[in-house]
Amino acid sequence: MPEFTMPSLGADMEEGTLLEWLVHPGDTVHKGDVVAVVETAKSTIEVECFGSGTVERLLVEAGTTVAVGTPLAQIGAAAPPQAAPVAPPVAGAVDEVHSPLVRRLAAAEGVDLTTVHGTGPGGTITRADVDHAAADKARTRPRATPLARRLADVLGVDLRRVTGSGAGGTVRADDIRKVAGHAEPKAGPKAEPRKAEARKAAAARTAADRSAAMRRAIGDLMSRSKREIPHYYLSTTIDLAAADTWMRDHNRRAPVAERLVPAALLLKAAALALHDVPQLNGFWTDDHFVPATAVHLGVAVALRGVGLVAPALHDADTLELPDLMRRLKDVTIRARSGRLRGSETADPTITVTSLGDQGVEAVFGVIYPPQVALVGFGKVVMRPTAVDGLLGVRPTVTATLSADHRASDGAVGARYLATVDRLLQQPEQL
Amino acid sequence: MTTTATTAKKPRASSATATTTYREAMRQAMSEAMRADERVFLMGEDVGRYGGAFGVSLGMLEEFGPERIRDTPLSESAFTGAGIGAALAGMRPIVEIMTVNFSLLALDQILNNAATLLHMSGGQLPVPLVIRMTTGAGRQLAAQHSHSLEGWYAHIPGIRVLAPATIEDARHMLAPALADPDPVIIFEHGSLYNLSGPSAEDAGPADLTSAAVRREGRDISLITYGGCLPKALDAAEQLAEAGISAEVLDLRTLRPLHQDAITATVARTHRAVVVDEAWRTGSLAAEISARIMENAFYELDAPVERVCSAEVPIPYAHHMEQAALPQVEDIVAAVHRAVD
Repeated sequence: MPEFTMPSLGADMEEGTLLEWLVHPGDTVHKGDVVAVVETAKSTIEVECFGSGTVERLLVEAGTTVAVGTPLAQIGAAAPPQAAPVAPPVAGAVDEVHSPLVRRLAAAEGVDLTTVHGTGPGGTITRADVDHAAADKARTRPRATPLARRLADVLGVDLRRVTGSGAGGTVRADDIRKVAGHAEPKAGPKAEPRKAEARKAAAARTAADRSAAMRRAIGDLMSRSKREIPHYYLSTTIDLAAADTWMRDHNRRAPVAERLVPAALLLKAAALALHDVPQLNGFWTDDHFVPATAVHLGVAVALRGVGLVAPALHDADTLELPDLMRRLKDVTIRARSGRLRGSETADPTITVTSLGDQGVEAVFGVIYPPQVALVGFGKVVMRPTAVDGLLGVRPTVTATLSADHRASDGAVGARYLATVDRLLQQPEQL
Repeated sequence: MTTTATTAKKPRASSATATTTYREAMRQAMSEAMRADERVFLMGEDVGRYGGAFGVSLGMLEEFGPERIRDTPLSESAFTGAGIGAALAGMRPIVEIMTVNFSLLALDQILNNAATLLHMSGGQLPVPLVIRMTTGAGRQLAAQHSHSLEGWYAHIPGIRVLAPATIEDARHMLAPALADPDPVIIFEHGSLYNLSGPSAEDAGPADLTSAAVRREGRDISLITYGGCLPKALDAAEQLAEAGISAEVLDLRTLRPLHQDAITATVARTHRAVVVDEAWRTGSLAAEISARIMENAFYELDAPVERVCSAEVPIPYAHHMEQAALPQVEDIVAAVHRAVD
């Protein structure tokens, strides 16, 4: 990877301010290492490196605001193994998990194994996983004009992050220029005025501006969602008596650090139910649904002051409850202190919002594009409920679903909520 | 070839500028050529006493006499063949064929003789022949007199194919065509004969190698020739009102095509609509579209659009004929498809 570019940390991000470099020229970096801190309209985010190698040159000074896709640093090929005799145990560990067949297939298909979700024993990646990933890769090739592709290449814009304005969502040259921050079509001096503008913008940005910018970013994205996505809404009330009893029992026996709250069970059920109804887990791109290969649950977190972010709980469907609980706490704290990772803001495949702590009983959310569904949980309420012909007072929660009618129909959504309900009746299985 | 398309010349404010028609310009060009070179003569059906099926040679019999303005029998193969023979023998014949439909009777002479003799004789037998013919529809002459087969001729190596679409080109393309040592076919679209406007008498011989930008624009290129040029210009005018800046490229020479001009206009606007009165399938429009793909693929910001005639024999009834032909609104709609 010759260049490390300003990543898009969510569909609503157009530019970011590089606050701090955490690496220096000459440092060796590995894929996933946090290399810089970037401020977006919404939050301060620790950005991870997309590949491995040696930092050759930093192209953007701290404090500069640049458009998504702008090169930030040059990263050279990884140092040869003999030059770093201490490294192998760490670097090699990742590779050893995959069988030679899987590695060969992945190389042939150009699939990055670190992005593949393994379904084999112990999470190993199987041949079928590579095939699926390759098929996904082929399907997600963005529809773009030749000129748009060439411009994207020149300007370092990731086509998959650009919303096309042409027929059938085709990405055209102007869409690339917009993302790259080029108001003027081609020609003329590019870099200098842009940099100067960005510096001016950064200087002018105060706290008040930031909150205004966040409102604008949320506004743009939510307007786009409501404009483009035909939402449909479903709601059901779920009896939580079994889950509540199981959780209390668990908490009695568990050390304080491993105690659970109902939200953890709800999130786990929401993630697991996607195994049965994968039609809601993924993205609507180029006029068709692209299923995600893993469940990265976006958890809506209200920020103190204004706004909200929805960072991902990666692979939420595979996390043990105490683990999920820990991650939830961690991500909430970091979201509020503005220290999220880039992959957390960019990866969610579906979002869950819970406004129970605010006392509301039901929330019908707005889908976060390009996701296709949003699950809402209200407050856990004691309600009179008839069970087996007898009336009892039992804890209940209203679960809702906002889903993209382009990607799924009501029957699919209904099946999803029914599955969430079923899973919550067997909390020991979660 | 690295020449660029010439930008449309403004009518010159010289003393020699006069208002004329496309038909008169063509006649002046022939008369001038005949006065300048006694080897030049005109032959064809009804060119003499009748003055030409479309009145292009009206009055020329009186000036030049029956030796040089020759009425021929109704046999396209025979008189085109005679023209080839005369050219081989050192004359500079202009053969007029009434319409491109009838030229098919002479296709053997044109394709198998005129276009090949230079090559088959190892360069010993050039054929300096000019063939003029009317092409196109729009005048209710029905299917056997209305087709646009320029693309068929543009397919043939060994001949040059011209499509003058302006009065200036009608006036000044003939002299260099006669000077060309190889066969040249000039297509005159029937709807252009009554076109009237200023003509610069002293403009000098036209360049037969380059296309011309007739209107400059930024957003899209309308690539056309012959009878569709006025329609493309009208469409560009309408589009300007809608805020779309369309460039109009007049190909002028259909063989060899001016590749650099086509590439250059697409590189400027990144979108193209090819307007061609011929049928879409296997047309010049198809050729141009393919060349854009070959040479300017990475400049394209929208698929190339084509506006061509409906794939039917051109109907006789006025409303049906108009419906079958490319119209200004079709061009405007194609532009919107590409730009919106």
